[in-house]
Amino acid sequence: MKNSILVNSVRFISLILAQVLIFNNIDFMGYINPYPYILFVLVFPFNANRSLYLVIAFLTGLTIDMFGNSGGIHAAASLVIAYIRPIVLRLTFGVSYEYNAIKLPNVTFYERLIYISSLVLIHHLVLFSLEVFNITNIIYILKKTLFTGIFTSILCLMFNILFSSRQE
Amino acid sequence: MQQIINFLIRNKNFLLFAFLFCLSLVFTIQSHSYHKSKFINSANFLSGGIYESASSIQDYFHLKTYNKQLLEENARLREKEARLYTITGSSDSLSIYDAIESQFRYIPAKVLKNSYSKTDNIITLKAGRRDSILPEMGVITSQGIVGFIEKTSTKYSTVLSILNTNFKTNAKLRASEHYGTLEWNGQDPNIMTVIDMQEQAPVKIGDTIETSGQSAIFPKGIPIGTIEEFELDNSKNFYTLSVRLFNDMTSLGHVYIIENTDKNEITTLQENSIDEE
Repeated sequence: MKNSILVNSVRFISLILAQVLIFNNIDFMGYINPYPYILFVLVFPFNANRSLYLVIAFLTGLTIDMFGNSGGIHAAASLVIAYIRPIVLRLTFGVSYEYNAIKLPNVTFYERLIYISSLVLIHHLVLFSLEVFNITNIIYILKKTLFTGIFTSILCLMFNILFSSRQE
Repeated sequence: MQQIINFLIRNKNFLLFAFLFCLSLVFTIQSHSYHKSKFINSANFLSGGIYESASSIQDYFHLKTYNKQLLEENARLREKEARLYTITGSSDSLSIYDAIESQFRYIPAKVLKNSYSKTDNIITLKAGRRDSILPEMGVITSQGIVGFIEKTSTKYSTVLSILNTNFKTNAKLRASEHYGTLEWNGQDPNIMTVIDMQEQAPVKIGDTIETSGQSAIFPKGIPIGTIEEFELDNSKNFYTLSVRLFNDMTSLGHVYIIENTDKNEITTLQENSIDEE
């Protein structure tokens, strides 16, 4: 238990710092900034207390908002993916999730890809809708969601594979 | 009563989600209207401190550019001084400055965090109330305008960038006194638009646009950019101009904050005349 708190705190601080100091300054092709900090929300222990998880996801987003002066858009987007994560888990991993038997380091690459990219796309859709805040720019929102989503998904997958030790 | 409590317990996660989501929506809506007070901004000791230590490392890589900008500015100022000298004919050109009391005071500041890829961009500066920075002061570089101060803390402040859909100021043609409203459509960080420019205005592609000095924030004649294209709007009475900025908003190092010493006098006067109406 102690170990889990320590691991998650270290992950939180390092992902926030990486996001704020490196990934917020990429501006690939003028407007594409990946948001790999949501990996923290994605790999948060699956059996954790649900209410605690929602509050932590909200605070994660709010920290990014504080650094980026973006109001509450990251907080809202992180909260949404935290709330719908059980549904996505059930859809991607099927029954093994119901028995609490699932551990992210042990799943196949394909399942991991589906799980990460679907949540990333939902997160980015909420994020950019709130950022642009104008329904007439829907094409711009979708374009930004798609391109940034691909970028973020690749980064999240890379980090996830690099930093996860396979447990038998 | 029992049922209500049971309902609350059963749906506590959903209620928590709904509450936090509403809270973040409130923050978001506040960030879209700039004069509302904001709780979540980067002018605090934690994010300001982290940005400061990161920017002190990055500074070394930008020294060459900063030097070049300073040299260019020096050259421009020298040229101005020489011209003033020929006009006054006085060998001591500085005496003319001593005689006039300037309405504007310039305070240098360093940019800690710049942003330009979002729809509403905010810049963080290392200068705060300690350096007598207050909200609604203008911010410029040697090349052109940058924005105005939005929030201040003791050591840091945030700037509402011109690349923000909430930003609006008056802009005029350098060649004449016709003016319009300068704003940003949220897409290209090098292009801004001037709307409501009178149809009589002598608009030409390549002409310079500058600040009009009608607001108490920016002095008159600070360069903004050149006209790239223009067209009449639907009513056929006003021009809409696309302006290419002089300032490269994607690379800001040091900026000047403008303090208007007569601002209180101007705003009190304006408020009084509104009261009388």
